[in-house]
Amino acid sequence: MSEIMFWEALRRAHDEEMTRDPLVICMGEDIGVAGGTYKATNGLYDKFGEERVIDTPISEGGYTGLGIGASFVGVRPIIEIMSVNFAWLAMDQIFNTAAKVRYMSGGQLEAPIVVRSPGGTAHQLGAQHSARMEKVFMGVAGLRVVTPSNPRQAYGLLKSAVRCNDPVFINEHELMYNMKGEVPDEEYFMPLEGSEVAREGADVTLFGYNISVHWCLAAAETLASKHGINAEVIDLFSLSPLDRDGIKASVSKTHRAVIVEEAEPAVGVGSEVMAIINEECFFELDAPPVRVSAENVPIPYNHKLEKMAIPTAQHVVDAVLKQLGLS
Amino acid sequence: MKAADKKRVLKEMLFARRFEERCYEAYVERKIGGFLHLYSGEEACAYGVLEAAKPGHDYVMTSYRDHIHAIKSGVSPKAVMAELFAKETGCCKGLGGSMHIFGTEQRFMGGYALVGGPFPLAAGIAKGIKLKGGDEICICFLGDAANNQGVFHESLNMAKVWGLPVLYVCENNLYGIGTRIERSTAVVDQYKRVAAYDIPSAQVDGQDLDTVYDAAKIAVDHVRSGKGPYFLELMTYRYRGHSMSDSNAYRTKEEEQIWNERDPLNILRDRLVEAGEITTDEYKKWDTEIIAEIEDDIIKFAEDSPEPSAELLHKYVLAENDPWVNGGAK
Ligand SMILES: Cc1ncc(C[n+]2csc(CCOP(=O)(O)OP(=O)(O)O)c2C)c(N)n1
Ligand SMILES: [Mg+2]
Repeated sequence: MSEIMFWEALRRAHDEEMTRDPLVICMGEDIGVAGGTYKATNGLYDKFGEERVIDTPISEGGYTGLGIGASFVGVRPIIEIMSVNFAWLAMDQIFNTAAKVRYMSGGQLEAPIVVRSPGGTAHQLGAQHSARMEKVFMGVAGLRVVTPSNPRQAYGLLKSAVRCNDPVFINEHELMYNMKGEVPDEEYFMPLEGSEVAREGADVTLFGYNISVHWCLAAAETLASKHGINAEVIDLFSLSPLDRDGIKASVSKTHRAVIVEEAEPAVGVGSEVMAIINEECFFELDAPPVRVSAENVPIPYNHKLEKMAIPTAQHVVDAVLKQLGLS
Repeated sequence: MKAADKKRVLKEMLFARRFEERCYEAYVERKIGGFLHLYSGEEACAYGVLEAAKPGHDYVMTSYRDHIHAIKSGVSPKAVMAELFAKETGCCKGLGGSMHIFGTEQRFMGGYALVGGPFPLAAGIAKGIKLKGGDEICICFLGDAANNQGVFHESLNMAKVWGLPVLYVCENNLYGIGTRIERSTAVVDQYKRVAAYDIPSAQVDGQDLDTVYDAAKIAVDHVRSGKGPYFLELMTYRYRGHSMSDSNAYRTKEEEQIWNERDPLNILRDRLVEAGEITTDEYKKWDTEIIAEIEDDIIKFAEDSPEPSAELLHKYVLAENDPWVNGGAK
């Protein structure tokens, strides 16, 4: 194990996969000569050259479609979209082609692309640079959606995603590229489906993914130290498909669920996990499940208001105390 | 093109016409569902270009008006008709439909329903060819109205910057559904628009097989020799409505008359008759044979084929037994 940063983990996964397979390429805005906005491709241009580390024009729909077309003939593109806010321009290609081509061709053609893109609210980036878009990608059949919460997952998910024959969207976070964490020194692959128990507990399950796993873990510490409540934290690193069995197992154990998401509440991870709880283990519940979500607003520029729009660990603590009738 | 080849292609084009017209009937009979876009009137475009290329070796893709491009690429007409009839023997097992014909073995990389969607896909296939080092090219046939999509410009730009072996063929039939080109498009001559990307281009008569073939030969040679993308505009006309739900009310009888007189089949037939390569009787005999073949062979096959089994509903959504879903089989 070595402690490395999130961007270094991504860079390592790119490097290893591109070294292994000459048909693995990466493409995106400023990823080559400039080294990548988040450094995830730093140094790869010099190592692999401009045919395989491609600085694209600012044409999200165009280059995403180009990557998909290349994947039809055996190329394995890793496409970096600088921010999920810009991924809207690539939606036609991702949804209408990548997610559907195997199906509508009766199994003849597939689009094994990886699209990586950071979402989330960073520091005062304003409404058009603060979207959380995982909910949009999750709702479409034929596409896998994963979201790493630490460098190990970032590395292992990208490694598996490149090799998987499905199109995979990797939802990263603007604020997490410099986060440190342990990554195995040997090659390591994450499954693209399932969830991880980030903290074991017995009294309530906190469901998080990506950055909200960290809010859940912080909340769990507070709940334990200040209130004697032993919370379990489930890391939903796969958003599509969601881990029905894992959700059921944890709720059947703790009988309480709080789902924590950085996005607006409607049609999101929270509502989806709640539906799964209803379908899978409703009679295990001791209290109605609760969502902790962002306010239903575009993200404001003002720092104070911006912070108000997004949940914190304290919101999670409050939600648990309320659910337990302790506040 | 040699006389013998012209003769063969004339017969193929006649087959294409009869195939499409039989689809029309089958749609009226409700044997074919959904949207149906017919190619009648535009045959010289696909046949001229693909005669100049290497179907089955070169990659081909197009829009929803795709049956004939697929057939000329080598996809079996039976499998296409069965697909239209939504049968399991269809080329896409009844999951695709008229707008989504695929034949990857023949390198027919699909029909796509989003106007303009294939522009970047074709550039991507060309990128793949370049990376792998083959002498194939990718040929992308799309309509005139598709050129008003953003990805038209994005794809031309990337294709030029990266020198990709892609040939864009614009089948300019003057309409996007019911909107005539002047009413939607600032520059009516499509070949001029690609000058903005410094891509060589040409505009020729799309009703005359010889003309299309000659222009396509130049285009294909250019792309295959590694000189980057090319844009070929073919002036043509569709004889049917945009799709089966189209009243055709936006076109004048006079205009239709002018283009009916320029039927690509008649132009080629008359030329070959004049040159003594075929007789009118021979042509009529072909026609009778083709109609019978379509009926007895192709339609019958589609009719008699089974519907897809219910298991197919969930197949092909995600990869089956992909080990990397579990982090690799260990
Ligand atoms: C993105 C998108 N917008 C609109 C449509 C509806 N539509 C289908 S075909 C068409 C006209 C396209 O005309 P053109 O590109 O000239 O091709 P043609 O049908 O004439 O061959 C339109 C507007 C669509 N399928 N996709
Ligand atoms: Mg048109």
